[in-house]
Amino acid sequence: MGTIKLENVTKSFGATVIIPKVDLEIEDGEFVVFVGPSGSGKSTLLRLIAGLEDVSGGNIAIDGRDVTRVAPAKRGLAMVFQSYALYPHMSVYNNIAFPLKMAGEGKETIDKKVREAARVLNLAAYLERRPGQLSGGQRQRVAIGRAIVRQPTAFLFDEPLSNLDAALRGTMRLEISELHHQLKTTMIYVTHDQVEAMTLADKIVVLNGGNVEQIGSPLELYRKPANLFVAGFIGSPRMNLIEGAAADAKAAKTIGVRPEHIVVSKTAGDWKGTVGVAEHLGSDTFLHVQADGIGPVTVRADGEVGLDHGETVYLTPDQTKLHRFGADGRAL
Amino acid sequence: MARAISTRRKTVTTVVAWLVALIIFFPILYTIITSFKTEPEAIAGISLIPSGTFENYIEVQAQRDYFRPFLNSVVISLGSTLIALLISVPAAWSMAFSPARRTKDILMWMLSTKMMPAVGVLVPMYLIFRDTGLLDTRTGLTIVLTLVNLPIVVWMLYTYFREIPGEILEAARMDGASTLKEIVYVLTPMAVPGIASTMLLNIILAWNESFWTIRLSAANAAPLTAFIASFSSPQGLFWAKLSAASTLAIAPILIMGWFSQKQLVRGLTFGAVK
Repeated sequence: MGTIKLENVTKSFGATVIIPKVDLEIEDGEFVVFVGPSGSGKSTLLRLIAGLEDVSGGNIAIDGRDVTRVAPAKRGLAMVFQSYALYPHMSVYNNIAFPLKMAGEGKETIDKKVREAARVLNLAAYLERRPGQLSGGQRQRVAIGRAIVRQPTAFLFDEPLSNLDAALRGTMRLEISELHHQLKTTMIYVTHDQVEAMTLADKIVVLNGGNVEQIGSPLELYRKPANLFVAGFIGSPRMNLIEGAAADAKAAKTIGVRPEHIVVSKTAGDWKGTVGVAEHLGSDTFLHVQADGIGPVTVRADGEVGLDHGETVYLTPDQTKLHRFGADGRAL
Repeated sequence: MARAISTRRKTVTTVVAWLVALIIFFPILYTIITSFKTEPEAIAGISLIPSGTFENYIEVQAQRDYFRPFLNSVVISLGSTLIALLISVPAAWSMAFSPARRTKDILMWMLSTKMMPAVGVLVPMYLIFRDTGLLDTRTGLTIVLTLVNLPIVVWMLYTYFREIPGEILEAARMDGASTLKEIVYVLTPMAVPGIASTMLLNIILAWNESFWTIRLSAANAAPLTAFIASFSSPQGLFWAKLSAASTLAIAPILIMGWFSQKQLVRGLTFGAVK
C-alpha cells in the first residue's frame, strides 16, 4: 500500500510563508508529479512528506497512519536527491546495502537484494567502484538502487534528472517510467520541467507560490487549464495569451490559443501578421509572428514550412480549442 | 580542451619549480650544512662543503640537555592540538551544519584576533601568568598555544565540514540511520581526513611557535624554540653550534611533515582543491 494524504498542510520559515495551505490525496501506485517554477514550494512540499522539514500546521498521513510528527526514517519512504547524495567513502555495493544494514537485515538477504537491484539497474559490473568513479547516469542509478532495495511505501524524487545532459535525461526518464510499471509503487516526483511532468505523471500537481493551481492528469491540464498560470506553464511552446479586442469579442479578459491550434496561410485568415523568427526543427516549424492588433503569436506548423523572416502570413485559430479566461485569471 | 604541453615547456617549468623549491629550502639546508662545520669555517664565508665534523652536536648535547626541551615540545604541541581539536570540532560542526545569524561575524571576529600583533598583549599576559603561577610550566604553555591556534583550527575545520553536503546527511536519515549511526557510518568517515590534516598542521604551528614559548618559559618548561634561542644570545656568535641546535630542533617536525605530505598539502589548501 502507499496512499498519502495531506490535510491543511502549511509551512512557514519565520514570518515567510512558503506553503499557505495544501490539501492533497495520492492513491496507491500513482505516479504524481509536483511541477512549478523555482520557488513554487514543490521541493518544500516533498520534504514535508519525507519528514526532512517539520510542518507548521496540518496533518500528513501515510496509509491512514498519521506521520506528522514521525521521524523520516520511520515513514517507510525512500528518496532520490538532486545531487544523488551518495556516500562518497562507500563502494556502490555498500551504498545500495546501506538502508538494508540500517534496517538490520542479515548478510545473505542484503547480498541477494543488492545483487538483484544491481541487475535491474545495470550496475552489476560497478559494485566495487566508488561513486566518484561513476558517470552522472550511473550515479543516478545507484541512488535509485539505494531507494528500491528497501521496498518502501513510496518513492520521492527531488529533481533527479536536472544534473544530467539532455540525451541522458531522456533515457533516464524512460527508465524511471519503466521502473514504475515494474514496481507499481507510489512515486512522487518533483520537477520544474513540464515535459518530464507530462511524460511521467498519472497526476500532475501544478504549484505556484506555494499554492496548488490545479491537479489533474497531463491531458486534463493540457485541454482544460483552470487558470492563466497553468495555461501558460503546461505545453511547449507555451500557449498564446491574447488580451484586447480579440478577447473582448469572445466576452473574456484573456483568450488563449495553443501554437499547434493555429492554421497558417499565405493568402487568407483571421489575423494578418509578419513572420519575425522562424525556427525550423525538421519535424515542426515554430513561427514567431507579429500579428496586427493582436501582438506576438507563436505558431507551430507541422513539418517544413517555406516561410521566413519578414513574410506576411494569415493566422486562423481553431475556434473549438480556444480557452477563455476572466478578469480574475480563472477559466470561463 | 586540454592542450598538449610541449616537452621543452615541461622541462623549463620543471627546472623553474626545482629552483623555486631550492630557494625556499635553502636557509634550512644551509643551517644543516653549517651544523657540520667547525666554528672558524662557519664564519669564514659562504661555502657549501663542510668539513663534516660532529663536534657541534656533541658539544650542544654536553652544554644543554636536548631531551628535556624535546619532551616539552612534544607535550606542549600535542597537548595544545588535542585540546584545540576538542573545543573546535563541536564548535566548527555547529557553525557548519546549523549556522545562526551571527555565525559569519563570530568567525571573522575569531580570525581578527590573529591580525593583532601578539606583542600588544605581552605585558598583561605575562602578569596573568605570573600571578596564576603558570609561568614556565607546560600547562601554561599548552594553554597559550591552544588559544593562539584556536581561530585557525576552527576556521580549517569549518571549511572542511562545510564541504560535507547536507543532502548526504538527509539521505542517511531517509535510509533509516539513527543519529548515532549517522555519526558512525557517514559523518565520521567523511570528516576524519579534514580533522587529520588540521591536526598535523596545528602540531607544526605549535612546534614552531616561538614568541610566547620563549617569553613565558625559563628552564623547566622550555621547548625546543627556547633551546635554540639559548644558543644565540648569551654566548655570542657561535654559528655552527647554533645551527646544530636548530637542526636538532626542526628535525622531528621535518620528518613528521615528510611522512604526512599528502595530508598536509590538502590541509594547507584549506580544502579548496579536490
